[in-house]
Amino acid sequence: MENSGLSLVTVVLFLPLIGFFILLFVPDGQSRNIKYLALGTTLVTLVLSLLLWAGYDSSNPGLQMVQRADWLPQYGISYYVGIDGLNLILVILTAFMMPLAVLISFSAHVIQERGREKLYYMFMMLLEFAMIGVFVAQDLLIFFVFWEVTLVPMYFLIGIWGGEQRVYAAVKFFLYTMAGSVLMLLALLYVGLNAGTFAVPEIVAGVQNGSIVFPFSDLFSTQAVLFLAFFIAFAIKVPIWPLHSWLPDAHVQAPTAGSVILAAILLKMGTYGMLRFCLPLFPEASVAWAPIIAVLAVIGIIYGAWVSFAQTDMKKLVAYSSVSHMGFIVLGIFALNAAGIQGAIIQMVNHGVSTGGLFFIVGMLYERRHTKELSAFGGLWKSMPLLGAISLVVVLSSMGMPGLNGFVGEFTILLGAIGSTVLGLFYALLAALGIILAAIYMLYFFQKIFMGELSKEENRHLPKLEWNEIAVLVPILVLIVLIGIQPYIFMKPSDTTVEHLVAQVAPENAVTTIAQLPETQSGD
Amino acid sequence: MLEIPSLESLNIGAALPAIIVAAWACVLLLIDFAIPKHRKHVTAWLAAACLVVAFVANLLVYNQTGDSFLGMYVADQFTGFLNLVVLATAFITIMLSIDYIRRVEIERGEYYVLLLFVTAGAMFMVAANDLIMIFVALELLSIPLYVLAAFRAPDLRSEEAGLKYFLLGAFASAFFVFGAAMVYGATGTTNLNEIYHSVAAVTAANDSLQYFLVLGAGLLIVGLGFKVAAAPFHEWTPDVYEGAPTPITAFMSVAAKIGGFGALLRILIVGMSSLTFVQGDPALWQNVIALIAALTVIIGNVVAVAQNNVKRLLAYSSIANAGYVMMAVAAAGTPGVENQAARAALIYLVAYMFTNLGAFAVVIGLERVKGSSDLEDFVGLGKSRPALAAMMAVFMLSLTGVPLTSGFIGKAFVFSATLNAGLVWLAIIGVITSVISAYYYIRIIVNMYLRDDETPSDDPTPGYTPNVHWATAIAFGGTILIGVLPILITGLTDNVALVAAVIP
Repeated sequence: MENSGLSLVTVVLFLPLIGFFILLFVPDGQSRNIKYLALGTTLVTLVLSLLLWAGYDSSNPGLQMVQRADWLPQYGISYYVGIDGLNLILVILTAFMMPLAVLISFSAHVIQERGREKLYYMFMMLLEFAMIGVFVAQDLLIFFVFWEVTLVPMYFLIGIWGGEQRVYAAVKFFLYTMAGSVLMLLALLYVGLNAGTFAVPEIVAGVQNGSIVFPFSDLFSTQAVLFLAFFIAFAIKVPIWPLHSWLPDAHVQAPTAGSVILAAILLKMGTYGMLRFCLPLFPEASVAWAPIIAVLAVIGIIYGAWVSFAQTDMKKLVAYSSVSHMGFIVLGIFALNAAGIQGAIIQMVNHGVSTGGLFFIVGMLYERRHTKELSAFGGLWKSMPLLGAISLVVVLSSMGMPGLNGFVGEFTILLGAIGSTVLGLFYALLAALGIILAAIYMLYFFQKIFMGELSKEENRHLPKLEWNEIAVLVPILVLIVLIGIQPYIFMKPSDTTVEHLVAQVAPENAVTTIAQLPETQSGD
Repeated sequence: MLEIPSLESLNIGAALPAIIVAAWACVLLLIDFAIPKHRKHVTAWLAAACLVVAFVANLLVYNQTGDSFLGMYVADQFTGFLNLVVLATAFITIMLSIDYIRRVEIERGEYYVLLLFVTAGAMFMVAANDLIMIFVALELLSIPLYVLAAFRAPDLRSEEAGLKYFLLGAFASAFFVFGAAMVYGATGTTNLNEIYHSVAAVTAANDSLQYFLVLGAGLLIVGLGFKVAAAPFHEWTPDVYEGAPTPITAFMSVAAKIGGFGALLRILIVGMSSLTFVQGDPALWQNVIALIAALTVIIGNVVAVAQNNVKRLLAYSSIANAGYVMMAVAAAGTPGVENQAARAALIYLVAYMFTNLGAFAVVIGLERVKGSSDLEDFVGLGKSRPALAAMMAVFMLSLTGVPLTSGFIGKAFVFSATLNAGLVWLAIIGVITSVISAYYYIRIIVNMYLRDDETPSDDPTPGYTPNVHWATAIAFGGTILIGVLPILITGLTDNVALVAAVIP
């Protein structure tokens, strides 16, 4: 299992960091070189991450392409990376979204206005490095290192190139997420010190065979408190209602690429963390807390949708829709069965692509009109038919239209919630209400911008889509349709790992299997 | 009765690094007369050369352990490690001082001589294994510092700083001596190893002597608490730090703390770890130290939020950082955790040393001759001095405890020790106050990068000379290196074992 050579995972992880250092030595003025260097780095990372997928053996539930090197051996801390069914698809999502985020920044006004272009792309590279690190790290402390490091570039992206309230939003983002993660730091130090190692697979094995015990008796016993310390850090990142208040500020103030990365990848770090750490390390506490967390998730689904509908600012509307969609993912995870968790994983990708796409579209509209007010638009279908058509697909995908990607994830999650012994039909019914509400606010969003009369003079002659904007939207469209009609390609890698995970956490719950699901899917 | 010890039995070699510094300071005082007034930088480089020699000597004897001066001076890894840190601090301080003291027109040779004396004092203090020796070293550390704090006289704030530091320092010394006397009264010895053995007997006897012992220990803690600026003995810090010449502030905020914590750890672990009424319980002083630690991190971090002057902000930040080291000291009260806690304290101190000196180096670069440096002076620095601003940002993130910087490693070790000692509440206070600290450290980053209202027309960094630049770069390198490869530092502390030293 251990590997002395250079693992491909390490290569993918450190590529963006190499890009960061190359950029450091490019002279400030060379705008073209800077842009294409950044784009090139992210594209090479994408290609290599696809090689990860090609080399991945989906019948093996364990870690693959592992690399391990001592970091602080006397405390059992090591640089330990690897991929399995839980993180492979998220690494690819990250590598997929980053070139798009770089591309859209090519024409961003705000960078031309505020300058410091090199710094901007350097932070993008650093962010990609840290995010991939969060997903592939298999050592508690190394994971935490990457987790905290993501804060810094995002803080600067919001703070330097953000909107009017950028300083407030950036500081709030930093403090809010940091406040959540410090308790996790204590909990993970406690876990690591008691286990004698910080390597997650070893601790999980110890928990399974009983050699490492975190006593559990009630909702606030040792194990449950540790679980909560991890969970709250992740819940803030997701964000789960009522810990979401940083999200609208950060989203609205961030530059387009920042919003996209935030929605598509950073939020997934929270849900991924629950899967990777909360469930296998603290199985009893997970089962005990699952119903309560599911209630919060359902509240988030409905609350997010409800508040979303009331927004007049495009970005805020999409931001609150994130709260709603992320609620689904959490619900799926805490259904604690294979269907729920697989649905959650695929829904992470779906949400990344769809909501990322929505933020791209909002960003393009903002570049043209310099306002995010819904009321400033209307009838754009007539002046920008291409953008209108693309937006329609993304909007339909986001509201869960069958045949597109969103449906697959939400359907599987609902299936999981119904079949779960911890949750049940009631949760699923309430969550389904969220799907209906999603249809309302998404169509409202689309109608306000693209339908109706072209009443505003300024909207008549908007510039056409630039080449880079089309290059951003096309891959998104392709993925939306591809996942919609062939979801199993994307769910297959996580199959065995998820079944293994469910068997560890809630063996009595391993009833709803997913194996038949794609067939029923492609039937309609 | 008085025996004259033979020269061999003194084992002077073990104390060589500290002796080099002390002796060279005396020689330099004489040499300095021969150096003309406008070429005082020669004195500076002579002093720096001495530090390098001592540093190398210290590395050579790093793994040799032994007593010298009849058990008054202990050379072990604890001493060796802290000596390295003190010497590095003094070296960076000299680099920061050369141009600064010329700029503010206080260039005199004594400055460097005094600096060497303080360094020697700190080195003796961390190695001292006897209450009397600790006291002598403490005075050697303190008295030159009083003078250095007032070195900018007749500047009123500098004079005030010197006087205030002197008065409160004198009180602290008095507390310390009084405590030492009581401990002597209870145990009949001033040697820490012998105190350890007597402590068990005194507590077992359960007579009135044990109250002397407890009171004595308390007074020793108060005395050293002043030196390291732990709450509630911290009130002097902001005024002294603000008034003293800035390189001296930087030096004082590291070297004095190293001396104080070195002595505190030795007294509490080597001498008093058996001070408990129930065998196997944490030492009696643990709760007191834990309370001091909690109070220190809370006061330091909360009050820092309201500061607008950078030197005052860093003063409160240094109080807060003393609190984190104090947490490690508290953890050392639990049997079995002593050595881990001592290591955590050492690692925190070295991490703090690089970061804090770096931050002060940047402040010196920004400081104008007349007038101080406010947070407003940082506005736009990200554009006008990108490299400097980037390094400052890393220092601030390190002080906050963000990973890949030394500050995170230090905090991780301290919190680990605290958790292992069972002081979960203290660790929780520690992490929560770290978040509070993020607020004011981030404010500096906000000013440097996020606000670009108007850039001042004159040079934003008048004091940013090549020497200051290199000092900043060294500090930056240390901060990042420890953050990425902590093994380089932790490897040096593997054999730190204060507790094994006392087992007969």
